[in-house]
Amino acid sequence: MEFETVIGLEVHVQLSTASKIFCSSSAAFGGAPNEFIDPVTLGLPGALPVVNRKCIDFAIMMGLALHCEIRRFNRFARKHYFYPDLPKGYQISQFDEPICERGNVDVILNDVKRSIGITRIHMEEDAGKNIHDSRTSSSLIDLNRAGVGLLEIVSEPDIRSPSEAAAYLRVIRQLVRYLGVGDGNMEEGSLRCDANVSLRPTGSTKFGTRTEIKNLNSFKFVERALEYEIARQTAVLNSGNEVVQETLLFDSATGATKTLRSKEQAADYRYLPDPDLPPLVVEESWVAAVKERMPKLPHELNHRYVTELGLSLYDAGVLTAEREISEYFETVLATCGNAKSACNWVTSELFGHLNKASKTILESPVSAMALGSLIKMVQSGELNGKMAKAVFEEMYETGNSPEAIVLARGLKTINDDSIIEKAVRDVIDGNPEQVASYRGGKESLAGFFVGQVMKATKGAANPQRVNELVLAALKG
Amino acid sequence: MTNSSHHSPKSAVLTPSMLSIADSLRRGEFSCQELCRKLLADVEKSKSLNAFLECDPARVLAEAENVDRELKGASKNATDKPLLGVPIGVKDMILTKGIKTTAASKILQNFIPPYDATVIEKLKGAGALVFGKTNLDEFAMGASNEYSAFGVVRNPWNHEMVPGGSSGGSAAVVAAGLCPAALGTDTGGSIRQPAAFTSTVGLKPTYGRVSRYGVVAFASSLDQVGVFTRNVADCAAISQVLFGKDERDATSVDNPVPDLSAELGRDIKGLRVGIPKEYFIAGLDAQVKEAVQAALSILEKQGAKLVEISLPHTELAVATYYIIAPAEASSNLARYDGVRYGTRSAKAGTLEELYSRTRGEGFGLEPKRRILIGSYVLSAGSYDAYYLKAQKCRTLVAKDFTEAFANSCDVIASPTAPTTAFKIGEKSDDPVAMYLNDVFTIPVNLAGLPGISIPCGFSSNRLPIGLQLIGKPFDEAQVLRVASAFESATDWHKQRPPGYQDFGMIGCGRDA
Amino acid sequence: MSQLTRKEIEKLASLSRLNLTEEELVLMTEKLNAIFGYLDVIGSVNVDGVTPMSHVHGAINVLREDVAQPSMPNEELLKIAPDTSGRFIRTPLVIEG
Ligand SMILES: [Mg+2]
Ligand SMILES: [Zn+2]
Repeated sequence: MEFETVIGLEVHVQLSTASKIFCSSSAAFGGAPNEFIDPVTLGLPGALPVVNRKCIDFAIMMGLALHCEIRRFNRFARKHYFYPDLPKGYQISQFDEPICERGNVDVILNDVKRSIGITRIHMEEDAGKNIHDSRTSSSLIDLNRAGVGLLEIVSEPDIRSPSEAAAYLRVIRQLVRYLGVGDGNMEEGSLRCDANVSLRPTGSTKFGTRTEIKNLNSFKFVERALEYEIARQTAVLNSGNEVVQETLLFDSATGATKTLRSKEQAADYRYLPDPDLPPLVVEESWVAAVKERMPKLPHELNHRYVTELGLSLYDAGVLTAEREISEYFETVLATCGNAKSACNWVTSELFGHLNKASKTILESPVSAMALGSLIKMVQSGELNGKMAKAVFEEMYETGNSPEAIVLARGLKTINDDSIIEKAVRDVIDGNPEQVASYRGGKESLAGFFVGQVMKATKGAANPQRVNELVLAALKG
Repeated sequence: MTNSSHHSPKSAVLTPSMLSIADSLRRGEFSCQELCRKLLADVEKSKSLNAFLECDPARVLAEAENVDRELKGASKNATDKPLLGVPIGVKDMILTKGIKTTAASKILQNFIPPYDATVIEKLKGAGALVFGKTNLDEFAMGASNEYSAFGVVRNPWNHEMVPGGSSGGSAAVVAAGLCPAALGTDTGGSIRQPAAFTSTVGLKPTYGRVSRYGVVAFASSLDQVGVFTRNVADCAAISQVLFGKDERDATSVDNPVPDLSAELGRDIKGLRVGIPKEYFIAGLDAQVKEAVQAALSILEKQGAKLVEISLPHTELAVATYYIIAPAEASSNLARYDGVRYGTRSAKAGTLEELYSRTRGEGFGLEPKRRILIGSYVLSAGSYDAYYLKAQKCRTLVAKDFTEAFANSCDVIASPTAPTTAFKIGEKSDDPVAMYLNDVFTIPVNLAGLPGISIPCGFSSNRLPIGLQLIGKPFDEAQVLRVASAFESATDWHKQRPPGYQDFGMIGCGRDA
Repeated sequence: MSQLTRKEIEKLASLSRLNLTEEELVLMTEKLNAIFGYLDVIGSVNVDGVTPMSHVHGAINVLREDVAQPSMPNEELLKIAPDTSGRFIRTPLVIEG
């Protein structure tokens, strides 16, 4: 039988705030074990949570980016379970009143654009970490991460393949990074993904029994785990059996999923509106203020680059892949005024150098303004292309401005006709045989004369002018 | 007083008030060390009360020495530290940095907090010193102080009787004269009921008036810190220190705090005092009823207008409370798991055993009972029928008060408790009977209102009776005004329990 | 409400991670049923259209600015924790799930 794959993703985004969501302990990554602790983080008796405003702003921002409705009346809820990395015996989360609902996002895969529904986004606190010490058969608890703000983004079961799941996740990650709400780093766990997957006969509208796969901490694992699970479920169904609803754990070492718990073991979380946290009322004005501060989103920039700046779809995609890249590009463009040159310099020259050194654009030794100035010098004819590349080389090595390099190396293009004419005269006078050949019809020798003039002027002459003057002189 | 059957005192014994002690210290009439030495000696003499869980002479005297040094440099009328040198009893539900805080539970029996509750910071800021930590029902769950893991507290008025609860230790130390004031917490009557049982003044402020930061949480939407004192002026003065917004408690409210002492001594002419008819019911002890009615007629004589009001949902209050409070308690007590602090079971091999044995061995019967009730009413199948329904009933109970205040009265007066102090052991096996002792105080917590209990008489067997005054939200000043008017016309508050007459007396400390 | 059985109480106890002795179980079964018998008075109340009260006094949007404050020293945690290893709290092995 032919089956259709039905996938929904739950993505946890760790928020890039200075402090935790319910207390002023640092939310920094790393730190010595149990360094970022306080009475609230430790769940000490008497400690009380107070909401970090920025986490709400971030939730609203993410909701707007995913075209969600923003809930006006919000309450936090306590979700109860016992686990050593959960200090209070409950996680402060949102239950039946999530801050964002009913959104969607476009995902492009193999040039096909599909809209994936967003069920909800809610705010919650992260747990700490249990480190397994098999040597002493004990666990070590580090609570640095406990209480860091999270957004949980739940998609509709609209995803139809593992590669589409990965593409969706990439879009979420791109938005997270554009908005600055998180760093989206899957390796460090600041972006985490669980997947629900089920199969149904192609053409059927009824959902099959689903399983939930936890702990998919890289794009590769998301695809591999889903592929494995789809193959497993296909085999189960083809053999006439039924898929059992359960929670699975992906083992990246074996590439297989294994049962974590069955449906019967599902916990009773005893949700309770948190009495310590007064309700949150998000008025239109709050949403508008957040919208005001929101950066342009990648699909908006993409559209502008293609329609207004005349860049190719491919180039626009490269330039909007990361917020930092588009910001860099925009600055270069603002300085030099030529989109195509700006695009070429950024995507070929700059990226070539950065890639070779495995550096990100944030680590670029050449600032966007400096690159813009360099391009401007080329456009005005102050530098020719060859010199500009040499100057860029030095800018990249030293971080110096193009103006300073040009000045120091005396690299200004020679535009003065009298100087160029003298050089042309010298070359023609010094090469009578070649002149004769040229005049005898071997016009390909023109390049030779231009080359000699450029050499004589140490490459600084305006090449276009040299060309013109050489031809004029040879005509005699 | 009009009613001689209520043991009107022939000669009231003078008791130094908190304000007079602060004043005497400032004037140098005695030193803080002299005062504390006397109190420590009194504590020693009254060990059988079992009112303190911690009262360390070395610590107290070291702190007193610091106070004396500061007193030497302080100006005689210093107001920046109004409580300089005043020894305060602190219910062991409130975290004190470096001083063991147990909530009267084995699960916290060795817990030394690394931080001070906001109310402790405020008291210290006003110059007060933590004299000792007082006994209570475990996690403040109880109305008799019999549910402490560290033994029952005795009522100074009669050692066979309970002092009330859960703040029984704080009530007992103030009644006995071991401290001029003490902090308590009140979730369903835990300050007012023991105040009534011990003839002390006990104020539960409006929910949100006082920070809960650093106070062991029992039921977060009901808990409020308040004070025990021997008179209304002291109550106003210490409340002034405690009231106000705390950035660390999101439920504390930013409303302006008026000068609470300014209202004291103002007359109550024309003030409408609401008398809820539902509070004068079967189960109300005849002598309590008589004393409260006598008290009401005193208020009337002072110019107040008594108006009968109806709080029609009163009968729902106790059941509503015993769903909401355990639900929140089961959640708040989840953190006591033996992982990060507190007692961990020595018999735990696996993680699951660590949890269930630590909690099984660490919690007493009453917390266990409430955890089970709370887990039940929050579990998926019963949430709507119990918890959600109780939250709706809470709205009804609260609305009764809103309407009464909007239409009929300025304050409400009632008995604080339906009976006087009962015998130790009398109700400890019957949770429902115990719960019903809070029938008049619980609605006030559900509605988040301020309430005070003040002494208003004695039963024929010389057990104290309390009058409860309930105010509009954040109108503690009005409550204190009525309380002080009543107090000025009576001398119930000047009476001391037999055997404790000279407790707390030192030098020329003056009358309350 | 129907009576809570011993089995249901055992389930609640396990949900709450409360080890109960046999004696406690018997006692709890009896007392909890007495208590629930009393709590059932709210069962017959009509609360149609009544808003549930989860918070008091209607305060909303009580927030703090995103400013990190210095942490509590690690030693403070080590002092109060029942079992530690280095800078960590130690527990019996946590089985994933
Ligand atoms: Mg989830
Ligand atoms: Zn989550």
